[in-house]
Amino acid sequence: MAKVLMIDYEKCTGCRLCELVCSVKHEGVSNPARSRIKIVKWEWEGRYVPMSCQQCESAPCMSVCPVKAISRNEEMGRVEIDYDVCIGCRMCIAICPFGGMSFDTLASKVIKCDFCDGDPQCVRFCEPEAIQYVDAAEVSSVKQVAAAEKFTGIMQKVAAAIAAV
Amino acid sequence: MALNRKIAYINLTTGEIETKPIPISMRKKFLGGRGLDMYLMYNHVKPGVDPLGPDNVAFVSAGILVSTLASATARTHIGGKSPLTGYVGSANMGGFFAPEMRWAGFDHLVIKGKAEKPVYLWIHNGEIEIRDAKNIWGKTVHETQQIVREELGDREIKILTIGPAGEKLVRFANVMTGVKDAGGRSGMGALLGSKNLKCIACRGTMDIKIAHPQEALDYNKTFITQITSAKVSQTQGKIGTPFIWGSTNSWGGIRTNNFQYNQLEYSDDIEAESLDEVNIGMAGCFGCQVHCRARYIIPDGPYKGVYDEGPEYTAQGAFCGEPGCTKRNTLLVCNHLANIYGMDLLEVGSLTAWAMELYEKGILTDKDTDGLELRFGNDEAMIEMCHRIARREGLGDILAEGGLRAAKKIGKDSIKYLIHVKGMSNLHSDERGTPSLALGIATGSRGSDHLRSRPAVDLYHLPEPVLRKIYSTPVAYDGPLTSDYKDYEGKPWQVFWHETCYEAVDCLGICKYHTTFLAATGPNFEEWSRVLYYNTGLEMSPVDIWTVAERAYNMERLFNLREGLTRKDDWLNDRYFDEPTTRGIPAVQGRTIDREKFAKMIGEYYEHHGWDENGVPTPETLKRLGIDKEPSHVL
Ligand code: SF4
Ligand code: SF4
Ligand code: SF4
Repeated sequence: MAKVLMIDYEKCTGCRLCELVCSVKHEGVSNPARSRIKIVKWEWEGRYVPMSCQQCESAPCMSVCPVKAISRNEEMGRVEIDYDVCIGCRMCIAICPFGGMSFDTLASKVIKCDFCDGDPQCVRFCEPEAIQYVDAAEVSSVKQVAAAEKFTGIMQKVAAAIAAV
Repeated sequence: MALNRKIAYINLTTGEIETKPIPISMRKKFLGGRGLDMYLMYNHVKPGVDPLGPDNVAFVSAGILVSTLASATARTHIGGKSPLTGYVGSANMGGFFAPEMRWAGFDHLVIKGKAEKPVYLWIHNGEIEIRDAKNIWGKTVHETQQIVREELGDREIKILTIGPAGEKLVRFANVMTGVKDAGGRSGMGALLGSKNLKCIACRGTMDIKIAHPQEALDYNKTFITQITSAKVSQTQGKIGTPFIWGSTNSWGGIRTNNFQYNQLEYSDDIEAESLDEVNIGMAGCFGCQVHCRARYIIPDGPYKGVYDEGPEYTAQGAFCGEPGCTKRNTLLVCNHLANIYGMDLLEVGSLTAWAMELYEKGILTDKDTDGLELRFGNDEAMIEMCHRIARREGLGDILAEGGLRAAKKIGKDSIKYLIHVKGMSNLHSDERGTPSLALGIATGSRGSDHLRSRPAVDLYHLPEPVLRKIYSTPVAYDGPLTSDYKDYEGKPWQVFWHETCYEAVDCLGICKYHTTFLAATGPNFEEWSRVLYYNTGLEMSPVDIWTVAERAYNMERLFNLREGLTRKDDWLNDRYFDEPTTRGIPAVQGRTIDREKFAKMIGEYYEHHGWDENGVPTPETLKRLGIDKEPSHVL
């Protein structure tokens, strides 16, 4: 059974260690601008929301990509970019409702979460367990649906905030 | 790489900006953060300058490990000659500013001169601009950050700012970032205010190359586990430092009604359990898995619904223990006011408590207080004094000058009641029962201070072999060590050890809660040697790091001596020696500090440092540390 990242923003302390380890793992550098996960904050209300690719079943990025560089790897349960095909048009970034795709200006390429090939570093380091790597089935249990409903509202706010940047 | 961040010299009088690389030789000597700042301070601040005049210099820096994989690598250091004490000014804060400054390309800023009108600095990816600050002058700490982000159109910008208290040159004004992260103590906010510098905004997306990425990741996991597996870290991560209050107050370690008692009665409403009711979750500084910062919403009163962070143990003492106040609302509101005005809450509470004692003794009258009934336990008066000090109104204007200047102005025997060292107010903890803690505050380089050298683990009754293990590395020590906190034996070494440990932490840019401070098992020199190598590639042994810290501390001592400090400034108010404690557990009741034994401790403490009986580093010590030719003007 494929696994997914399950995020519980109420547990997030806003420390951004996930951003750091993600950029070190992928690029060998400390640089949140190159992280595949992003903590969106409302500091003056004390709210922090981790945002990364949702690895959607029918991903908008997949349909919008003009050269079909994006596909789903069912075994890993993830959405992947084929860099040999990608032309860097950034349509996927524009369409993603979660800000899951971003552009790495230093490497000149779009980047997204790849579950660190099965050993997600953000999960490894997030002590409050705001991010967990769990079976997809587990996420669909009643409890998670309830949490997700609450989450949807905040996700829309986050999406709006990202769009405004 | 992590070592290629630059130093920038910014002259606010002329508008000139110059940037330079930092030579590896200087890294090896001082690492970064507080260490290199202290070198710069000794080299760039001329002796005897007016701390609030254009000749004083402000130093802003990131520790050498900031933003790398070494747990909580978040710390910003701010230095300069202190407007409060006239000696070393040094403040340190967590949050997210220093990492952003490094991603923007800089490790050290040297800010000279004075701008003609209010300005702020905008630092982004290697560029530095001086901009007009008229839109933000007069704004609170929280407002300023929101306005600047809007003005520059990026919500990710991180800002170091002063509040209205810094603009009004309150001599203990803070530099702040985020909601409550405070570069407190020693008035660095007033220093920026005196330069007409409102804030520094940073944004960076430049790589910091990690020398050995996979090893750094793996070792960071071990390092973090070592920190978070300690019970105190876990408790701190749930309710923050207020957890310290309960036991300390029970045994009799809380300075109450200025210095009249050592325990606050009826303190249920301000204890951790009560604060937990308004806590909406914890927050962490950059990379931190301890997450000790509480987020709260004020539940009642005129400030109902206001969001803020904290309050810490220090705030409990400053706004409740010392002024004898017992309401949670007072604590939450005063904490908020100190944060938005940007001032050292410890000074605000401590000086107000002092003024309360003067009022009750008739040294201050209704005329001096403009009718405010400045009695212990008057919660309203405590809140009112926060406003008056920040705005420099009436008595607030006098207190805003700091204890020593205020005592001079108030006259009579007001100085007798002032609880300070080198002109800086003491934390609310009552050190009469604990000679080691008393020695720490008496000798701290930035004045009375518990974050310079406090051997907090001395209170834990650790068995002697455990003490040996901690205190005999990385340099050998075979002198006495005792598990009894009431003792005077061996304590000078402990103070010296922690002083060196905390200096090292401040050079590295790591949080003190991630070393041997509250948790006896926290990582220190041995572990730092490894994280330093994995992240930066610098090969330095535990002893090398110890030596850097010693070197930096000696620079601070040299600075203080040059400004006229003498042995008698490393001393406590007479009340510590003459007035016995009246409350607490039997072991703590009836205690004073013994003058003779204390003087002997000071002598031993000097000896450990390689200082003579006057507290002056000997020529051999300076030579051993390679600082016998300062100022050397390498940077
Ligand atoms: S590591 Fe966890 S707690 Fe920290 S910011 Fe990321 S999700 Fe939040
Ligand atoms: S799983 Fe890996 S790639 Fe995805 S956000 Fe976490 S650290 Fe980054
Ligand atoms: S322990 Fe607290 S102060 Fe230290 S880094 Fe973590 S959150 Fe910040």
